[in-house]
Parts: sequence; C-alpha cells; structure tokens
Amino acid sequence: MKKYFSTVYYIVEKDLLLEVKSKEVVVSMLLFSLLVVIVFSFIFEPGAEYKNDLVGGILWMAFIFSGVLGLNKSMLNETTGGNLNALLLAPVDRSAVFFGKVVSNCFFLVIMEAITIPIFMVFYNINIFGHSVLAALVIFLGTYGFSVLGTLFSLISVKTKTREVMLPLLLLPLMIPIILAGIQCLNIYIKNGDITESYKWLKLIGVFDVIFTAVIFAIFDYIVEE
Amino acid sequence: MKIGIVVDIVTFIAISVALYFAFIYAPVEAQMGPVQKIFYFHVASAWISFFAFFVTFICSFFVLFTNKYFFDDLASASAEIGIVFCTIVLITGPIWAKPVWGTWWTWDPRLTTTLILWFIYVGYLMLRKFLDEEDKRAKFSAALGIIGFIDVPIVFFSIRWWRTIHPNVVQQGGGGLHPDMLTALLVSIFAFTMLYITFMIKTTTVKHLFRRYEKLTVDR
Repeated sequence: MKKYFSTVYYIVEKDLLLEVKSKEVVVSMLLFSLLVVIVFSFIFEPGAEYKNDLVGGILWMAFIFSGVLGLNKSMLNETTGGNLNALLLAPVDRSAVFFGKVVSNCFFLVIMEAITIPIFMVFYNINIFGHSVLAALVIFLGTYGFSVLGTLFSLISVKTKTREVMLPLLLLPLMIPIILAGIQCLNIYIKNGDITESYKWLKLIGVFDVIFTAVIFAIFDYIVEE
Repeated sequence: MKIGIVVDIVTFIAISVALYFAFIYAPVEAQMGPVQKIFYFHVASAWISFFAFFVTFICSFFVLFTNKYFFDDLASASAEIGIVFCTIVLITGPIWAKPVWGTWWTWDPRLTTTLILWFIYVGYLMLRKFLDEEDKRAKFSAALGIIGFIDVPIVFFSIRWWRTIHPNVVQQGGGGLHPDMLTALLVSIFAFTMLYITFMIKTTTVKHLFRRYEKLTVDR
C-alpha cells in the first residue's frame, strides 16, 4: 500500500519537475482556455441580461477543450523516447503509474482553472463563488473525473494513427454526465438558485468519479499488459 | 456451417412473419394512423442495439482476462451490428416523431442517450480502425467497450434529471398498448434477435477468416 502511493508520488514529482522547467502544458492550456472565454463572449450583446444563463456552460467548455489539448500534450511528452513503455515495464504497480499521471494531469488542470476563473469572472462580471463556495468543489470533482477518463483515453489515442484527433472523439461523449452536472451546478450558483438542488448533481459527479476510478483501477493492468 | 444455414432460414421466416404481424395482424392505431407501424421495427432495433453493445461489454471483459482474439472478434462484430441498428433507431424515431409529436427531435432522456450511445460506439469503431497492432487494438477497444457501456446509465440519469428541471418536453404516451400490438411487437423483437444472431455468425466468421488470411500473408 505504502509502495503504491510512493510510486504515485514519484510520478507526480517527475511531472511537476518537468512542468516547472518547460511550462508547456499549463501555459498552452491556460492560453487556450482564456481564448475560449473571450471568443465565446461574442455570442451575446455586451451587458445582456441573458448572459447569466450561458456563462456556466462557457466556463466548462473552456475547461474541457483546453483540457483535451493539455492531456494530449502531457501524454505526447510521455511517449517521446519511449518513456511510457519504460515506466510500464518498471517493477511497480502499473495502475500506480497511471494514477500518478492522473494526479499530475488533474493538478495542471486545477492550476489552469485557478487562473482562468478570476479572469473569467472579471470579463463576464459574475461571481461564481458569491452564492456558495461549493462551486469550487464541483469544479474540482469534475476536473478529477475528466483527468481519470482523459488520461486513460489520451494513453490510448497517442497509440493510434491519428494521434491527438482521437482523444476528443472518444472522451467527449463519455464526459457528458460531468459536463451536464457541472453546468447545472454552476447555473444554480450563478443565478442564486436553491442550493439543495445542486446536491444531486454533486452526487452524480461524485458517483461518476468513484465508479470510473474503481473500474480503471481494476482493469488497467490488463489493458497495458503486453 | 450447418447451424449457420438453419439460422439463416429461421431468420428469413421470422422476418416474414414479423412483417405480417406488424402490417396486417396488428390493428391500425386510432390516433396516429399507419405511421405507428414503424414502432415495431423501431423498438426491436433499439432492443438489438442495446443488446449488441451489452455483448460487446461482456466480450470486452473476456478479451482482457483471457487474451483470446476470438472474443475480440465477437466484441467488434457485435459493436458493428449495434451501430447499424442504433442508426436505424435514430432514423426511424424522427420519422415517427414528426407527425405524432410535431417535431423531429426532442431532448428526451431516451433519445439523447441513444444519440450519445451512437457517438460512443462510432468512436469505438474508429479507434479500432486507427490501431494497427492487433494486440493493442484488442486491449484498448476492450477498455472503451467496458467504460462506454458503464457510462450509458450515468448519461441516462443525468439527462433525465436535466429534463425534469425543464418540464416543457413532450411526454411519451406509453401505457395502454393493444394486446395484438404487443403480440406483433414481441414477434418483431424475436425476428430481430434472430437477425442479430445471423449477422453475428456471418460477421464473426468473416473476421476469423480475415485474421487467418493476415497470418498467412505475414508468414509468407
């Protein structure tokens, strides 16, 4: 058990050191998410009332699209030079290597989100935490679910002929519960709705996270076994 | 081989009988008129597509745990057939919905889930196409076969909750089905299941032969 977590820790440490040096993943994700936020603002007239109905969705789109970009980049770094194959050959639990990647991807996404959200709130003149700080929990749990499935499918898609094109095609339909629940929660918080309404969506995201963490934990060794 | 011929004949008879039951035996629906006949093929196709993806799901586990390519052939054959029937569901649905609901499409949980199901399994088939190594293709698509199927109920519940927040959707009638209509539906479902089995036998045989052919050309 202790060995498992130390493997996870070393993978995360490796990724963080690499990222501190290159800053490739976080910076490209961040720029892209800010661009999505800005480009989507042309949907409505400046200062229009109905914008509150849409901004929650825009924020999630920014996270999801830039997340896809970042996951691809993160996994391509891993495959160049056969690093990933070497990691999977190492005498450690393979799923520990996988969850190390999940944690570091999740961490990069959270950094990107932590910078995007304040800028987003300024541009759209909105406070997603005004009603409830639960918004942070929703975004975190959603991001974790995204990283779990995203890391697995980025690992799969880099092995295909089309490489990074494959990831969004596989990932987006599977992510629909998280996207939907995330948007519904944010809409409730932004429009000062009934907070208890958002609990069931939070539970849905939680269930999604738990199910897929467990399923991938159970089958990952078999998926990558040569 | 002999089983295949028997299944072919049974399927042919079953489909003919199902056509008779759907168009002649079952009464014409009072309000919807003849367009309701599409129901027998729509529901049967929906059943087959869900069943086919379930077979893919089960076979995917066998692929991962036994490493036998036979199960990979079964899983991919079933997914291909499932996609065909899922497409039929998505085409026949709107044809029926336009005159009855007055709209081609509504974001009802069942409709939306079927559409997302379609996207997941088109992704599955694309993934298979773009993976060259036999071993990786089997393992990776098995992962998607398992995760995709588990995702479907979660998608369904999330969309159902989403729709209860916006209750202005057309609610599906359901309920009082005429007994003759029910008989016709059951016959149709049986016929489609036979059709599925026929397709499975043929597609799996083709895949098996193709694998042998590839092995022979590589050996040479």
